[in-house]
Amino acid sequence: MNEVVRRKIYSAILIVGVFVFWEVVCRVFGISSLVLPKPSEIYTTFMQYAPAIAPHAYQTLYTTLVGFAFGVAIGLSLGVLIGSSRLAFDTAYPLLVGISSIPKVAVVPIFVLWFGAGTVPAILTAMIICIFPIVVNVATGIATVEPELEDVMKSMKASKMDILWNVGLPRAMPYFFASLKVAITLSFVGSVIAETVASNRGIGNMMMIASSSFNVPLVFAGLAILSFLGVALYVFFSLIERRVTGWALRKST
Amino acid sequence: MPGRPLVELDRVSLTYGRGKSATPALAETDLKVADGDFVALVGPSGCGKSTILKLVSELMAPTSGRILFAGRELGANPVRVGMAFQASTLLPWKTIRDNVMLPLKIVEPFRAEYRAKRKGEFRERADALLEHVGLIDFADKHPFELSGGMQQRANLCRALVHEPDLLLLDEPFGALDQFTREELWLTLQDLWLERRSTVLLVTHDLREAAFLANRVVVMSPRPGRILEDRAIPFPRTRSLDITFEAEFTQIVQALRALIVRTPTGGKA
Repeated sequence: MNEVVRRKIYSAILIVGVFVFWEVVCRVFGISSLVLPKPSEIYTTFMQYAPAIAPHAYQTLYTTLVGFAFGVAIGLSLGVLIGSSRLAFDTAYPLLVGISSIPKVAVVPIFVLWFGAGTVPAILTAMIICIFPIVVNVATGIATVEPELEDVMKSMKASKMDILWNVGLPRAMPYFFASLKVAITLSFVGSVIAETVASNRGIGNMMMIASSSFNVPLVFAGLAILSFLGVALYVFFSLIERRVTGWALRKST
Repeated sequence: MPGRPLVELDRVSLTYGRGKSATPALAETDLKVADGDFVALVGPSGCGKSTILKLVSELMAPTSGRILFAGRELGANPVRVGMAFQASTLLPWKTIRDNVMLPLKIVEPFRAEYRAKRKGEFRERADALLEHVGLIDFADKHPFELSGGMQQRANLCRALVHEPDLLLLDEPFGALDQFTREELWLTLQDLWLERRSTVLLVTHDLREAAFLANRVVVMSPRPGRILEDRAIPFPRTRSLDITFEAEFTQIVQALRALIVRTPTGGKA
C-alpha cells in the first residue's frame, strides 16, 4: 500500500515537474508566446475565456460520446460475430483491415458532402475511428477460448450460443475494456479532426480560429481541455473495467 | 461387479486428416466398459488414448466402426458425460461454487430448472460435493486463489455434479506433484465408490492406473490398438499402502514392460 502511495506521489511530481520545467524554459530563454506560451499564460487565458470555451467543450464531448457509443455498439456486435465464426472472421477481416487503414481525416470531407458540416460528420468520424480496435479485441477474446474448455462445454452438449454466453463473452470482457480505453481517446481524435475540418463549433473549431488569429495561448488552452476530457474518460472506463473484470487483473494487485 | 457393457467400441478406427497427410490414430479397436467399472487407458504418447475419450464423448465421430452406449448407437440416446482435463479449465471469473454449478446450467434436464433452483437445491448439491472433497471453505473464492491440487478437486466436482453416466478423465492429475496427486487418487476413489459412475481414465502414470482402476487397458503406439486388458485384483477401499506391496510393483512393471517394449512410432 505504501508503495502504491509512493508511486502516485512520484507520478504527481513528474506531472508538476514538466509544467515547472516548461515555465522555466519559456522564461529563461524568453520564448515568445506566439511560439510556445507559458503554462501560467495558458491558465490565465483559460480562465479568461472559460465561459466562451464551455459550449465548445460541451459540443466536443457530446459528439465524442455519441460517436463512441455507436462505435461500441457496432464494434461489439461485429467482434462477437467475427470472433465466434471462423468463416465470418476469414471473410470480413481483410475488409476491416482495409477500411481501418484509411486515414480518418480523409473521410471527413465525404461525410461533409453527405451530411453537411457540423455535428453529424464529427459523430461519424468519432464512431468509425474507434470501431476497429474494439472489433479486433473482442474477436480475439472470443476466438482464443482454450480448446479444452470448449471440449468440456461441448461434452455437456452446450450449443454455440451457450458457449458464447457462458465462456466467450465473459472471457472477452478484459479485452473489450482494454480496447474501450484506447477507443475513447481515439474518438476524441476523430471528433476534433472533424471539427477542425468542417464545423463551426467544438474545441477543434475553436483551436482553428484561435490559431488563425494567432491567439496561441487559447490554442493551448484547447489542448489542455482535450487532454483533461480524455484523461477523465479514460479514468472512468478504467474504474468500470476494474469492477467488471477484476478477476483478470489479479496479477497487478 | 461388472454388469452389461455400458460403452462398447466395435472395430472403431479414426484417421486424422485426409489424403497424404492422413494420420491413423486408432485402428480397429474393440473395447467394452461395464456399467460402473473403472477403466484406465495407458500407452505411449500419441497412441490414441485421448482419441477414445473424444469419440466416446461425441466430440469426434469415428472414421469407421460403431460406438454403442447401453446397446444403442451414440447419438441415438443422449449420454450424459462429465469431463476433466489436465488443465483445470475452471472459469476464472466465477467462484468455485458457480464453476461447479456450470453443468447444471447447461445440461438437460437440470438446465430447465436452473433459474428456479440455482439458489436452493443446486447450490446444496454443489456444496455437498465441495464438502466431500474438502473445499467447502473455498466455495466463494475464485480459482486463482486456490492451489493446483485444489483446482483439480473443484474440477472433479464440476465433472460429477450433473451425475454423469460416464466420467471421462484425461490425465487429470498430470500437472500435480507426487503428494498432491496421491491425495487426489484417494479423493477420486472415494467419489467413485460412493457414486459408482463409470470411469474412463487416460493417464501416463502407471502407478496411478494400477492404483485407481479395476482394469488397465494398454495400447500400442500409433495407430493405437489394444495390447492387453488387465484386471487389477486389489480389493476396495484401496489405501496408498498397497503401492508399496510387491504385487503392486509387479503389476506396474509388467505394464511398463508392455509399453516400453513396443517400438515407439515417430511422435509429432
